[in-house]
Amino acid sequence: MDPTTILAAGVGTGTILLFAAIGEIFAERSGVLNLGVEGMMLFGAVAGFSATVTTGNPWLGVAVAMLAGGLLSMVHGVMTIHFRADQVVSGLALTFLGTGLARVLGEGLSSAGEIAELPRLTIPGLSEVPVVGPIFFHDQSVLVYVGYLLVPLAWLWIARTRPGLHLRAVGEAPAAADSQGIGVYRTRYGYVFVGGMLAGLAGAAITLAITPGWFGELTVNGRGWIAVGLVIFAQWSPLRAAFGALLFGAIFRLIVDIQGVDFILGFENPFKAGSSALFFLAMLPYLMVILVVVIGSREAVRKRVGAPAALGRPYVRGERGA
Amino acid sequence: MNLRLEPRTDTPRWFPATATIGALVVAFILSGFIIWLVGGDPIRSFTHIMVAAFGSVGVISDTLVKATPLILTGLACSLAFRMHLWNIGAEGQFLLGAWGASAVVLVPILPAGTPAIVVIPVMMLAGAAAGGAWGFIPGILRARLGVSEIITTLMLNYVALFWIQYWVFGPWSEGGFQQTRPFPPEAWLPRLTDLAAAFPVLGGLTVHLGLIFGILAATIMWVALERTRWGYEIRLIGDSPSAARYAGIDIGRKIVVVFVISGALAGLGGMSEVGGVVHKLQDQISPGYGFTAIIIAYLARFGPFRVIVASILFGALILAGREIQPSGVPAMIQGIILFALIGSDVLIRYRIRFDRHLATA
Repeated sequence: MDPTTILAAGVGTGTILLFAAIGEIFAERSGVLNLGVEGMMLFGAVAGFSATVTTGNPWLGVAVAMLAGGLLSMVHGVMTIHFRADQVVSGLALTFLGTGLARVLGEGLSSAGEIAELPRLTIPGLSEVPVVGPIFFHDQSVLVYVGYLLVPLAWLWIARTRPGLHLRAVGEAPAAADSQGIGVYRTRYGYVFVGGMLAGLAGAAITLAITPGWFGELTVNGRGWIAVGLVIFAQWSPLRAAFGALLFGAIFRLIVDIQGVDFILGFENPFKAGSSALFFLAMLPYLMVILVVVIGSREAVRKRVGAPAALGRPYVRGERGA
Repeated sequence: MNLRLEPRTDTPRWFPATATIGALVVAFILSGFIIWLVGGDPIRSFTHIMVAAFGSVGVISDTLVKATPLILTGLACSLAFRMHLWNIGAEGQFLLGAWGASAVVLVPILPAGTPAIVVIPVMMLAGAAAGGAWGFIPGILRARLGVSEIITTLMLNYVALFWIQYWVFGPWSEGGFQQTRPFPPEAWLPRLTDLAAAFPVLGGLTVHLGLIFGILAATIMWVALERTRWGYEIRLIGDSPSAARYAGIDIGRKIVVVFVISGALAGLGGMSEVGGVVHKLQDQISPGYGFTAIIIAYLARFGPFRVIVASILFGALILAGREIQPSGVPAMIQGIILFALIGSDVLIRYRIRFDRHLATA
């Protein structure tokens, strides 16, 4: 129960949320809300796991998972971008489809036993820095370090590069972007695909790195939805998403660790393993999502920052957009 | 080559129904193809579903039992969706309804030995109230603070499941098992088989009073939506929120009211399931009724009576799907059906044109 261990483990579980949330930020920044994250994660998780079981190569598993997530996201892309379907319904359908496909493909995989995991790394030097070292750089999965790179890169891409400017233009004012020669449909398909790949990566992070194994539907268990909530809390910024992912990663970890403690601040711990009060503890992350979404929504109103203006709206050339 | 969608101005009356049925056919063909791909036998799977769900009076009755919670949760979703409120939380509201109804018997709120004529209405009220309260939370958060109801309803589903688990593992656990003690007979909803003494032909038919709740609720909802000013306002908000605002409709208030009614309908579904089928509370009372309800609402295009028809179809799928291998097939079929429906929506709303020259224009 020492804070360093919890945070270090929280970084690991948080990475799962981080990949999914940043993927969703990309898709939403282009104006496409994709509620299929949960389904894409589960589909990526099973595809990556299954590929690793077959080939014995977890890196190939990661590639397959990302491809699987990306391909699945294209169903949503075609429906919402070309066919102007309601993004909420299509995203929900994607979650149903991804979950169903994953369960069909995952039949029998839960007994696959030990598989080749992605390597864990300790960074020499950095891991010896007090406090920060043991939390972030000691014996973490290689995907965690990928996450460290992804956060600043995603932020730079969105905020400081020309393609990022185009991305924001397509999400905020697609008609204006179109008139400047930016392909609105092409951009949206691209970022929905990126979102799908990152959701697939998040799935692979579960089955191949953080908690290796395939546990059917429970493998993802709502974390895709938590990632969607985090995007609102993060106000579509990768940096805030990283903070939220770490926070929730730590909470998930704390719930597990607190069960082994006898006393909290001198009082008997009501949440010891086997106690029915544990179920209240299990509610905590989900209630916290509601809380952070409320906070995020309030702050967005106050600071007048908000969702990309065209989020949820199909773009039709020549039609007056709202 | 360029694909262009032209809004239809003259959709024939028969077209939406035909497109919906076409979508179902396409969905089943696609699902069959995937079953075949993973090494199953689609013809056998679908024949099995038909026989296991509609092959005899007994299994038709079982199908209707599975359809009952789907009707009530399907109505809950339809009402909210009609107003463009994304209540994805019917699952949680269903669970809370089951909990509220169980509390009447298990706390106990009514003393043991109270006659059924009192117990059952009180359970209905308790179930609807608990479900309604669970719907109130996302409603008020959306109306007052502008918080996305999609996230809140989804999160509350998980919270509701842990809430039920707390009670069935903890205070209400019977002998350490993850379920409560069985309800006394006066808390059971009457079933057709209860009349077997007088009409032997009804023996073994498990259809219970909950089905009547569903049919009544559908009727009331149809009248309320199509024949009252209140319903007109709901439909107006759904079709054109800005017009509704100009008309002076208090949208925030309507959001809360509709969320509470929606939650109460799903809660009544939970009550009907514990009172009519399970006769105790356990954590696995729902195989995802509240999620299937979303697809049902869409398949029915939010029409209350069509919800009943769609629920019977999905009741059959859930009933017969339990024995189909691989076990994920029914969930996958549900996803494919929803996509096929979205696709058919496109055909209903637009004419699809392929232009050869527009690409260079």
